[in-house]
Amino acid sequence: MTEWQRVCELDALVPDRGAAALIGGHQVALFRLSDSGEVHAVDHLDPFSHANVMARGLVGSRKGTPTVASPMHKQSFDLLTGQCLDDPEVSLQVWPTRVSDGWVEVQVEARSGAA
Amino acid sequence: MTQKKKLAVVGAGMVAHRLVEAMVERGADEAWDIEVFGDETRPPYDRVALTSFFSDRDPEDLLLGDGELWKRPGVRLYRGSIVSSIDREAKQIRARNTTFDYDRLVLATGSYATVPPVEGSDLPGCFVYRTVDDVAELRAWVLDREAVLGRKVKGAVVGGGLLGLEAAGALTALGADTTVIEFADWLMPLQVDQAGGGALRRIIEQLGVTVRTSTATSKLRAGRDGKVTRMQFADGDKIPADVVVFATGVRPRDELAREAGLELGERGGVIADEACTTSDDSIFAIGEVAHIAGRVWGLVGPGYSMAEVVADRLLGGDATFEGADLSTKLKLLGVDVASFGDAFAATNGSLEVVYADPTAGVYKKLVMSDDAQTLLGGMLVGDASAYTNLRPMVGRALGSDPTAWLLPEGMEPPSGSSLPDDANVCSCNNVTAGTIRGAVTDHQCTDIAAVKQCTKAGTSCGSCVSLVKKLMETQMAEEGLEVSTALCEHFSVTRAQLFDIVWVSEISTFSELIDKHGTGRGCDICRPVVASILGSLGKGHVLEGENATLQDTNDHVMANLQKDGTYSVVPRIPGGEVTPAGLIVIGQVAADFGLYTKITGGQRIDLFGARIEQLPEIWKRLVDAGFESGHAYGKSLRTVKSCVGQSWCRYGVQDSTTLAIDLELRYRGLRSPHKLKLAVSGCARECAEARGKDVGIIATDKGWNLYVGGNGGFTPRHAQLFAEDLSTEELVQAIDRFLMYYVRTADRLQRTAPWLESIEGGIDAVRAVVFDDSLGIAADLDAAMAAHVNTYEDEWAATLADEKKLLRFASFVNAPETPDPDLVYVEERGQRRPADDEERAVLIAGATIPVRDAEVTV
Ligand SMILES: Cc1cc2nc3c(=O)[nH]c(=O)nc-3n(C[C@H](O)[C@H](O)[C@H](O)COP(=O)(O)OP(=O)(O)OC[C@H]3O[C@@H](n4cnc5c(N)ncnc54)[C@H](O)[C@@H]3O)c2cc1C
Ligand code: SF4
Repeated sequence: MTEWQRVCELDALVPDRGAAALIGGHQVALFRLSDSGEVHAVDHLDPFSHANVMARGLVGSRKGTPTVASPMHKQSFDLLTGQCLDDPEVSLQVWPTRVSDGWVEVQVEARSGAA
Repeated sequence: MTQKKKLAVVGAGMVAHRLVEAMVERGADEAWDIEVFGDETRPPYDRVALTSFFSDRDPEDLLLGDGELWKRPGVRLYRGSIVSSIDREAKQIRARNTTFDYDRLVLATGSYATVPPVEGSDLPGCFVYRTVDDVAELRAWVLDREAVLGRKVKGAVVGGGLLGLEAAGALTALGADTTVIEFADWLMPLQVDQAGGGALRRIIEQLGVTVRTSTATSKLRAGRDGKVTRMQFADGDKIPADVVVFATGVRPRDELAREAGLELGERGGVIADEACTTSDDSIFAIGEVAHIAGRVWGLVGPGYSMAEVVADRLLGGDATFEGADLSTKLKLLGVDVASFGDAFAATNGSLEVVYADPTAGVYKKLVMSDDAQTLLGGMLVGDASAYTNLRPMVGRALGSDPTAWLLPEGMEPPSGSSLPDDANVCSCNNVTAGTIRGAVTDHQCTDIAAVKQCTKAGTSCGSCVSLVKKLMETQMAEEGLEVSTALCEHFSVTRAQLFDIVWVSEISTFSELIDKHGTGRGCDICRPVVASILGSLGKGHVLEGENATLQDTNDHVMANLQKDGTYSVVPRIPGGEVTPAGLIVIGQVAADFGLYTKITGGQRIDLFGARIEQLPEIWKRLVDAGFESGHAYGKSLRTVKSCVGQSWCRYGVQDSTTLAIDLELRYRGLRSPHKLKLAVSGCARECAEARGKDVGIIATDKGWNLYVGGNGGFTPRHAQLFAEDLSTEELVQAIDRFLMYYVRTADRLQRTAPWLESIEGGIDAVRAVVFDDSLGIAADLDAAMAAHVNTYEDEWAATLADEKKLLRFASFVNAPETPDPDLVYVEERGQRRPADDEERAVLIAGATIPVRDAEVTV
């Protein structure tokens, strides 16, 4: 069972810059991309440094795929899949997102799930 | 799982370090537990660079590697731990009042500095020159004696070889009147011949050092205070001496081996075969203590080769050590001296080609085979620039007229492709031309950093780097590879070219720039570079509009990210001068927000543990009290460090603090390719460590001496003299132009030292740009700096005044003031720090645990 949870207004997200959100006790990093207009949601926890910082990483692209780089030690992650591009064994969890009525919504498991 | 075997290493010097590094690189730490015992209190450091300690550098800067090596599981360093005996039967060594087992043992105990049997050689004020502790004590002694005696200290160095001249240089730099005493008929008798020694003597005397050759020291006398004061020679002559350094030679530290009954060489050294195995097959000897192939090897290069041999053997390989190149190139007291191959023309029938220019203080000699075709060796005094190119040619035909190599203008180096594959290019690390070419062809290295990392060439003394670069570029050209200077996958130009594009165009945003001159969305490399360029050219506040998306988190929130995701805050304290009231404000803010405080090396105060949502509140308090951003987060001017100077110090000759404050206020906020550090010292004692800075200023009786291109950190560099005795006005203009020229032309993350090297013509060319306007851009540079000074505003004050900018400091977009719930701290020495994983586990589980004491071993 999943449900869509409202997080913030789209305008609260600065294009190409991340923002952290607390969603059901889970720390999520949201990114609104300027060219596609899409919003992506991944773990805010950096799997390498174990600090909650992913939303503060720089957005970019590698061979056309949108990426975010950990601000701690600069590993890049694919924003679409969460896959770390510098270490095949590491990835971030990703959540489906949508924009409705000018609000950003993230799809979460209705029961516990996210952790 | 197979049981890991135990390797014990006695001695934690340079060669032991290389051994452990080589083992780890080859993954041997999976099969071996490595324990290293060193009786010095420091982890292994660069003994070769010991003299640089006198330029007031932190001994930490001398440490080899980055320290990570000693934190690896299975690798353990015991510092301050002397090994007192070896029990070969039980395979145990004794140290730290207990015993340690080993399967294999490596002796890497190096050498002692010897002291000749001269009466009084143990008086207070007599030193040797071998360890950091030796030089630290020597330095303290000289400065102390000078203060007590109220005059220049008289120094005497016994021994006019390599070490003696290094020591003489150090004493001179400390302001002592120095005499070098050499028993032989000329200086450096082991490296150069009589004529070379004569040239060396003339240059050294010009530097104010007195030289006595053919002289034996017979006695040292103490004054009434019991400290050394006079030196007497065998011929009855006497000189005053307040400090004496013995640099008469070294002896292998083979006492452990002797007691354990291992076979020793006649004049010391542990005898080992070409596998570095001693007379006990479980024990190896490497480095200066090893006696292999008929001799001991007193240089670090051969020691490193032995370390590699042992690493290979421990992994079942069959590498051998069969002797090494004993060529040396040194800079002693600023004088180049090099000797290589058969420098003394010992080969039958060899011919010598000599070039000497006594007025210029240059002596050069090549030793050629009897047909004048093949280079056998040579020595260079006063100008050793040909060394890098000549040394790999030993044993090979020089081709053209050999004299051409000696003339200053004729030093046409062999073109990169003519050097045979087996020619040894880097003698410290034993790397051949073929290996460097292989790095390009087989390992896809396309820049000098990659080649250095892949082959280790050029990573020790560095004298071969220019040749390595040439070989790499020639090979790349042969492979049809372009020497890529692209910034990243989004911009195909260099940072300097991008700078020019922005400078001459009207472009003021990243999106415009990438549309017109790049591809894609950018990345964590090009975005901050563009932000920095826009910042340098005064095209907007770092947090304005689109600029905001280009900045690393540090620049974005104007604070420094720490390991737990909180930030540190550093208010500017220009020149390190702060009022008591200012200190109280900082202290109060720290107390109110529970911040950990620490004094930085740049003479200011760092406040740690500020959460992102607290930054505006903290800064509001600081800005209200008159503080502004210290830009500790930016690739920009950090600090202008200063000593207290003339206003208080009894030695000061200029007002260093006022100049430092003026300079810091002038260049604050200047965005640059890398961080910039400056310092000003009020006299030649150099208490502000200015020569370790990008721009260093040292006061003289007549004005200011300007040094450029120094830095600390990973590859510490000394600043070089750029101009002397400038007035304050001339000084400021010179720094303006130097900095702007650097900001405009350097590569991303290139500090001033490598930048100076990368400029064609080096420091001389930059000097010409700054003082002679050789490129006709001086007016532009002045205008750019004036624009910077006029448009400076405090980023934090500007941010606090802008509601919109404050939004980015929300911890969560949907809970802007909720602290990160995962932060956990423990208390240590009365302040807090982030909990480590173990402590976290316990704290989150609810129990309390004692905070661990810092471990004694690394
Ligand atoms: C001022 C100076 C300048 C130099 N310049 C150059 C140069 O330009 N080029 C060059 O090639 N070489 C130079 N050298 C020589 C170079 O430093 C040595 O060749 C090199 O350090 C040898 O390395 P090692 O590991 O064998 O010995 P070391 O680096 O001396 O290390 C041996 C270590 O073992 C420790 N030790 C000894 N016995 C015990 C024990 N029983 N228990 C525990 N620990 C023990 C010692 O305290 C020491 O720390 C210079 C040396 C000096 C002092
Ligand atoms: S450098 Fe500065 S503090 Fe040090 S002695 Fe000279 S004037 Fe005094």
